[in-house]
Amino acid sequence: MLEQQLVNALSLGCVYALFALGFTLIFGVLGVINLSHGAVFMVGAYGALQVVTRFGWSLWASLLAALVISAALGLAIDYFVLRPLRKRNAPHLIPMIATIGLAIVCNNAAQGLFGAENLRFPSEMVPDAQLHFLGVQISVLEVAIIVLSFALMATLFVVMRKTQLGRALRAIAESPKAAALLGVNVEGLFYLTSATAAALGGVSGVLIALYSNAVFPLMGQPMLHKGIAVIILGGMGDIRGALIGGLFLGFAEVMSVAYIGSTMRDAVAFGLLFIVLLLRPQGMFGKVLERKA
Amino acid sequence: MTSAALFRTTALAAALAAFGTTPTAYAADIKLGAAEALSGPAGQYGQSIKNGFELAVEEINASGGVKGGKLVLQIEDEAGKKEQAIDVFKKLIFQDKVLMVFGPTLSNSAQAADPIAQAAKTVVFGTSNTADGITSIGDYVFRNSVTEADVLPETLRVSAKVAGIKKVAVLYGNDDVFTKSGYDAFKKALDDMKIPVTTTETFAKGDVDFKAQLTKIKASNPDAIVLSALIAEGAPIMVQARQLGINLPFIGGNGMNSVKIFDLAKDKSDNLWVGSPWALGSQTKENQHFVVAYTQKYKAAPDQFSAQAYDAMSIVAKAIVKIKITGNLETDRKSLRDALPTVTHTGATGAFQFRQATTKDGKAAGYDARQAAIVSVTKGGKYSIEK
Repeated sequence: MLEQQLVNALSLGCVYALFALGFTLIFGVLGVINLSHGAVFMVGAYGALQVVTRFGWSLWASLLAALVISAALGLAIDYFVLRPLRKRNAPHLIPMIATIGLAIVCNNAAQGLFGAENLRFPSEMVPDAQLHFLGVQISVLEVAIIVLSFALMATLFVVMRKTQLGRALRAIAESPKAAALLGVNVEGLFYLTSATAAALGGVSGVLIALYSNAVFPLMGQPMLHKGIAVIILGGMGDIRGALIGGLFLGFAEVMSVAYIGSTMRDAVAFGLLFIVLLLRPQGMFGKVLERKA
Repeated sequence: MTSAALFRTTALAAALAAFGTTPTAYAADIKLGAAEALSGPAGQYGQSIKNGFELAVEEINASGGVKGGKLVLQIEDEAGKKEQAIDVFKKLIFQDKVLMVFGPTLSNSAQAADPIAQAAKTVVFGTSNTADGITSIGDYVFRNSVTEADVLPETLRVSAKVAGIKKVAVLYGNDDVFTKSGYDAFKKALDDMKIPVTTTETFAKGDVDFKAQLTKIKASNPDAIVLSALIAEGAPIMVQARQLGINLPFIGGNGMNSVKIFDLAKDKSDNLWVGSPWALGSQTKENQHFVVAYTQKYKAAPDQFSAQAYDAMSIVAKAIVKIKITGNLETDRKSLRDALPTVTHTGATGAFQFRQATTKDGKAAGYDARQAAIVSVTKGGKYSIEK
């Protein structure tokens, strides 16, 4: 049983990490806790489902569609909501509250357009092949989620640390004004970040919808709550932190179900979160009083 | 009530009215309210309920209405939220001045909103509230939804006998009144029947991954899994169980009793046992009429929620036929409440009558349903009736 539970924890942790990556990216660069990330995640899933059911697109094409649709939504959110607030130097809380409003609008729009009920991708599309080894079962989809979250984390990390683009983004994270004075195209990079983060959110929406067999308007809400816990745990805005934080939460949840009892799951998981924050208030990878992208 | 029978009683009432005292009041339309979750997580139940009500109203009005007037149903969205259910109840009762209200969809909301109707001395009629204790709120609280406490022992008894189940694992949602009360009813039935429980696991609303609990259940080696969940979590639970190689029967509560399971769990929906006062395949004359009419109108198969709503509307119509509408809302609301318990009805869900419910300290309160359960099992995307 332990082997199976370890695999379960790994895949659940990567589900959380996949969601948290985009979430933490926006915070790292823009300094905004984007509470509409759950809605973007949902829009990605619905977008893919629409092209699949209406136009008969393949799974890969639908992932691409989700990526484009959610990136466009992310761009629109940045252009119409976050940018005007940046221009006015609105305090930190304001964009956070604005994104709550956005999330409500998106959720209700989805409900109006597609109904409140759970939908799912056609069963023949969902790769539900199972791999067996050492008495452990894991689906191809779970393997894809695990590989993708590690690969995305690594890519983002390398881009942030080793490229010119990453240097510019980190400069913006430190001080947008100073970066602009040094000739960095600050607004352009803000758009790029918002679009990339949203694209990540949309793609993870499709994968998690496939994984849980459910697309519904409020699907982003529980993920958002876990996502906040994950990025606080990992260190706000830290790319590695999203993965480690996601895995931590996944393992804490699964192990407390396995050995303590499922009624205690959230109590144990969030109790551990509390203890970690007592010992390291800045999160696992965070530095005190310094934002890192 | 068949439409012919309804027409007869209506015609009789109309004839009596013609010789009666205050003729002006009789021709008036009768306004009823309904607060259902048309959006939100419970939206799929609310929509079914709405369809059931509207079909019944259409049929009743087409056969002459009630007391010469038409039934007018005002349906409002309570979104499956307690706060909104309270607001909608207040609006329907105090502002729109309906004769009585149906709803709300979830037991959770009923616990919060039914006291409003009780305080306003207005009948509240739940068609989908199956949690314990709803009708002990007061003597204006009615429901025709059979409680899980009545259905689940029957489901367990039949499935245990047919599938040879000796020990079970239990999995339920512990942050919802409905699934929690389903669990309590299952637990009591399991105790009564002396079926050992190998492990009891829980999950929360909105969870997407149940593999940790299912892996633990698998290791405990039960003969079946007792599942008290709403379909939103229940369907992924069944899929993930089959993916983990758990091919045991699932014994579901009321929330699992929806044709949506076939859409959501597809080829992994087999071997789910559910008990309900209604089954799609039930061959009674009344049910066949309902299924055909519903399918024609909505181009979709009805479910238990629409069947119960459909019957509830006919039950209320029968009660209205029995009372004298004076035009004084307070008096009319009271006479409806006094007439309702005497109504008996044979509808889509079979023979129905009310049963007096009591409060915790044994005082008379509202009314529950007295109805026999049908136990079915899913096979190849269909229900097959076992009893």
